[in-house]
Formats: sequence, C-alpha cells, structure tokens
Amino acid sequence: MESKRIGIEASLAIAEAVKLANTDVIAAYPITPQTHIVEGLAEMVANGDLDAEYIPVESEHSAMSACLGSSAVGARTFTATAGQGLILMHEVVMVASSMRLPIVMTVANRALSGPLNVWGDQSDAMITRDAGWIQFFVENGQQAFDHVICSFYIAEHPDVLLPVMINVDGFHVSHVIEPIEILDRKTVDEFLPPYKRRYTLDPDNPVSMGCFAAPNLYTETRKDLDNAVRESRKVILDVWHKYGELTGRHYKPIEYYKADRAETLLVTAGGYSENAMDAIDKMQSEGKKVGLVRLRLWRPFPYEDMIEALSGARNVIVFDRAISLGGPAPICSEIRAALYSLEKRPHIVSIVGGLGGRDVSPDDFEKIIDIGLERIKSGRTDETYMYGVRE
Amino acid sequence: METLSIYVPKLVTKGEYIASGHRACSGCGEVLAVRYVCKALGRNTIISNATGCMEIISSPLPESAWEVPWIHTIFENASAVASGIESGIKALRRKHGYTKEVKVVAMGGDGGTADIGLQSLSGALERGHDFLYVCYDNEAYMNTGIQRSSETPFGASTTTAPAGKKSMGQHTWKKNMPAIAAAHNIPYVATSCSSYPFDIMAKVEKAIKIKGPTYIHILSVCPTGWRCPSSQTIKVGRLAVETGIFPIYEIENGKYKLNIDLPHLRPVEDYLKLQGRYRHLTKESIAEIQVKVVEEYNKVRHLAGLKKIK
Repeated sequence: MESKRIGIEASLAIAEAVKLANTDVIAAYPITPQTHIVEGLAEMVANGDLDAEYIPVESEHSAMSACLGSSAVGARTFTATAGQGLILMHEVVMVASSMRLPIVMTVANRALSGPLNVWGDQSDAMITRDAGWIQFFVENGQQAFDHVICSFYIAEHPDVLLPVMINVDGFHVSHVIEPIEILDRKTVDEFLPPYKRRYTLDPDNPVSMGCFAAPNLYTETRKDLDNAVRESRKVILDVWHKYGELTGRHYKPIEYYKADRAETLLVTAGGYSENAMDAIDKMQSEGKKVGLVRLRLWRPFPYEDMIEALSGARNVIVFDRAISLGGPAPICSEIRAALYSLEKRPHIVSIVGGLGGRDVSPDDFEKIIDIGLERIKSGRTDETYMYGVRE
Repeated sequence: METLSIYVPKLVTKGEYIASGHRACSGCGEVLAVRYVCKALGRNTIISNATGCMEIISSPLPESAWEVPWIHTIFENASAVASGIESGIKALRRKHGYTKEVKVVAMGGDGGTADIGLQSLSGALERGHDFLYVCYDNEAYMNTGIQRSSETPFGASTTTAPAGKKSMGQHTWKKNMPAIAAAHNIPYVATSCSSYPFDIMAKVEKAIKIKGPTYIHILSVCPTGWRCPSSQTIKVGRLAVETGIFPIYEIENGKYKLNIDLPHLRPVEDYLKLQGRYRHLTKESIAEIQVKVVEEYNKVRHLAGLKKIK
C-alpha cells in the first residue's frame, strides 16, 4: 500500500477521499461548517484534478434531489451538508434510502435553529436518525477520510444499496488541521469496486422508480427497508475488516478506550471522545476505575456490541451532544432500551452538553463523570442532566 | 376533418409510452397531453415526474403505466432530480463509456411548477442543464381535491378559494409562468393546450433538438376540477385558445411568435359558461375578465410584433 502522511484540514482530507474514490457527481449547497469540503471539491473539479460533474444547486433540498437523479442513472454521487441544510433536505433524505440509492454524505454536525447557531452539536444527526441511512460518527480527520472510502464501498455493495451519512463534528473536527495518512490512487482503485447497479434509469430497460404504495403494500416496503438497514451490518464489518488489513486502522461498531475492568463507563460519540480520553487517562492515573466507550455505528444500531460493552459495568454515564426537548436524550434512551432486557443492568445516567459549539474539555469530562456518579449515588438517574448551564 | 382522419395515423407514431389502463378521470386533458408529449419524445427518454395527478394515476405499486424510464421522488424537486440525471449521464459519458443519446425531461402540474417547485425549476433553468420541462397546467391542485394554485384564473371557484356570499372565488390573476421561464434567458419557451395534439408534438420535437433548458407550458383541461362534462374536454380547450384566454405562442431566443393568430377573439363568456367553476360569476365580473383577457392577449401580440386587436 502506498500513502503519504500530510498535515491537512479534515474537510480537505474528506475532499481528497472523494477525489480518490473517483466520484462522478457532486451536488452541494454551501453551509457552515461544511463549506470547506465542497469548496475543496469545486476547486479540484475546476483544476481538472477530479473528473466529475459539480452541480452548484440553489438549496440543500435540490442538492439531495440532484443526488437522487445522478445515483439513479448509475453515477457515483457525493454531497455534504450541516445543520439547517440537513433538515431542509430531510424530505429528500428519506427518499434516498427508500429508493436504495447509495449516496455518500458527510455532515459537519451543527446545532439547529433557533436561535441561529452555526457551531457544532449532533442534533442534526439525531433528527435524521430514522431516515434509513447508515450512519457513522468519526472522531478526527483520519477517521473521516477513511470512512469516505469505506462508505462508498458499503453503500454501493449489492447486498446493501443504501445511502451513508458520516457525522463529522462541525469545527471541532471539520476545521482541525492534523496529520492524516492519504492513500494513493492505485491503492484506493484496488480497494474500492466500481459502482454497478442492476437497475438504472435506462431507455433499453425502462423501469419506474418511486411508484406510490397504498396501505396494502406500504408496510411491506418499510419492512423491506428496515431489513436492509439491519442487514447492512455484515457488509459494514466486512469492509472495515478489509480496510483494517490494508491500512492497519481497524474500526468497530463500538470502540473502547481503557475500558477493561472499569466499574464506570462513559459513553460518547464523535470528536469530543478524544477530550474524554484525556479525562479517563487522568482519572485512571488517580486510581479511579473509569473507562470510555465510543459509539461509531449509529445506524444500524449495534445492540449486541452495546450490550457486550456495557453489561459488565456498574455505572454507565451517557454523554449526548443533542437534546430531545421534553424527552430523553437520544443516544442514552437507545442505550437504556438496549440494556433493559438484561437481568442485571448497570445504573445509567444521561448527561447532555456541548450544545451549539460549547467546549467540553477534559476537565469538564472529569466533572461530568463525577456528576454522573453522584446522581447514581443519590438515585436521580431518571432525568437528563444538562451540563454547564450558566445560571 | 375527414381527410385528417386518413392522414393522422401516418403523421403520428403508433408508439405509446404511457400505457392505457392508467387511472386518470374520464376526459382528462392532462393525460392526453402527456401521451402526445411522450409520442414526440420517443423511447430514448428519461422522465422525472413531480408528485401530482400524473404520478398518482400512472404508478400505483406494483403497476406502472410508463414505457420509458421514469422516476418520481417528491413534489417540489422534479427539475433538481432532472439536473442530477443530466449531470450523471454527462459524467458517465465522459468517464465510463456511456454512449446512448438520451433526452432528459422533467414534468409537473401547475403546483409542482409554479408554486412549490418554482425554486428548483428556476435553479435548473439558470444552471443551463440540457433538459425539457413540461408543465401540465390544469389550473388548481386537482390531485388533492381542486385547491387553488397561483395558476388558478381570476374568478374560478376552488375548494380553498371558494365562491361565497363575500367572495367571488379566486381574486388574483393567473401567474405568467412562461414569462418567468423566459426571464431565465433560456433558448426555448412555448405554450400549448391539450386540445392541439399537433401543436404539442411539434413543440416537443423542436424543444428536444435544442441544447440547453427548454420549457413548455400546456393548458390541460380538467373536467373534474373545472366542472364541465368529460365529453367537452377538447371543445373547452379550444375555447380557451379561441377566446384569447390562453394564447398559443413560442419564445425562441427571446423572440415571441404567436402560433395561433386569431383575427377575432370569441367572447370569454363562450368559454366560462361551459364550466361550473365560473357558474357564480356576475355580468360585471365577466366584463372585467373580458377587458383583462384582451389586454393580456394584446401584450403577447405586441411582443410578437403584431397589431393590437379589439
């Protein structure tokens, strides 16, 4: 395998990966903090470094719509968005999965209005949770690069044919310059099979795509899609395995950090996991039995991995960078549901923080773990705690 | 007419690309127009269809009336989907040995075109994609039950702008969609009507030979929504044209040409009285409509370099 390690902004590394995947069509609308990705791609196309059609659409809604069209004729298709852009295109996002179109999209996760806030949190990803897309969380630019390559493989696999969303925390990951290993063209060409689909919009074999379903068939179409999302797990694991063999970077649905023999596990998703690691290092050096579990695969939800990761712990503190107004925080509520059927369950406490770009430092994560343990001790595990609210 | 019945089968292809057995209402002018459009397009076509009557009557899973590749996704994005299809084919042709000559066509009703779909249409026209957009204008949201649109004519009664003691129904004048399309400086814009099959086919054939975005706006008679007998579809469409209410013209590279040049317009009442949606109109309202129709018709004549008529 050939590669080079260079200092590069995560957004531009994502653009490099899209280029290396020899993407055919990019349709995108700029929105902070995703802009550097599509600007990078536009520049590559303008300079002839990437032979692709770049469609500068007039909205995110049209971005995803154009992606449907290009993917349906058999062109490899990419887009990127964030926050408001993702929820504007949401109507079309739902259709991409139901039509089994393997579009790859990076989302530079951003808070949702109102009030308007261009900074990071994961509310946009959570709102798209039920859309039938495969969803990953990544923690740094290298993982973002790797997941673009893997996502085309997974999405276009004939046993999958589903769109894939890669969640990259806005600013805290998307704008960070870091050393990233960029694979060479030949390596990617050998790893990534071409996009070939059996049914395209082709006059020689006319098909109708997007027929409506009455009550007698709608349920069956949704069951079929649900099966497809669940069963994509096998291919995801397989592609990660192959990619690990190639690069030495092995990914899993749930990843651990110093979690062996920990009594208390913190659960995070995305870029703040690296801050949490610093907190775990410090607390372990002080003799505290804490560890970290990071959510990589959000959809299909990794039930068995989650149970395996958490069932042996005494305490679980789930940190969500998103809020469900008037309800339980999204990742925590799914973890509670996954563990409910166990005979012996850990105590689970839900903490929300890092909203709208608010920093959560290693010191903050220490406090979050302390607060979580305190709430477990005092029996207040049934409500969500919001960390860092200024009184 | 007798001679025409001999020659028509020779003039028009026998190919049908929207199959019979679809679920359109009897007397539907829109599906007639779609049929003529498809005949002129031929088989090497990909259609992106907005949600609306045409999608609903032609595609109940697991059936489809379409003999050409067809995609429907949602209501307001037919043009954006067509943009992606056109760009995808361009990339495939350049990079992956794709050799077919394919015409990309987006279509929608007046709602999917002039209202909810206007933004995506404008974007696709402005970006210059090589595609044809066809609007089948039946002057209200017929699919959901005759609600008003921006294409509903002044004075028509619809379920969301009904005539009542304090309202005459629609109180705004029809949005000029062809002029909006033409304002994008696209090479070809035309109007037509479901009662003029040869006009429709000639314009579609012309449009698809032109490189770049083209737009055809087809008035499509809807007996269900217009409250007229389904046997009168052709007559009502002809009256829309002969009264000057819906002029038939082309705009080629900005230049207007009136295709059906009428020396005298018939009174609008001939058209209005056949339709229940205008039943409530008073003499005064009809007179107001008459004045406006002549004024608007003369605007088109003026743009086409023709003298005003009274």
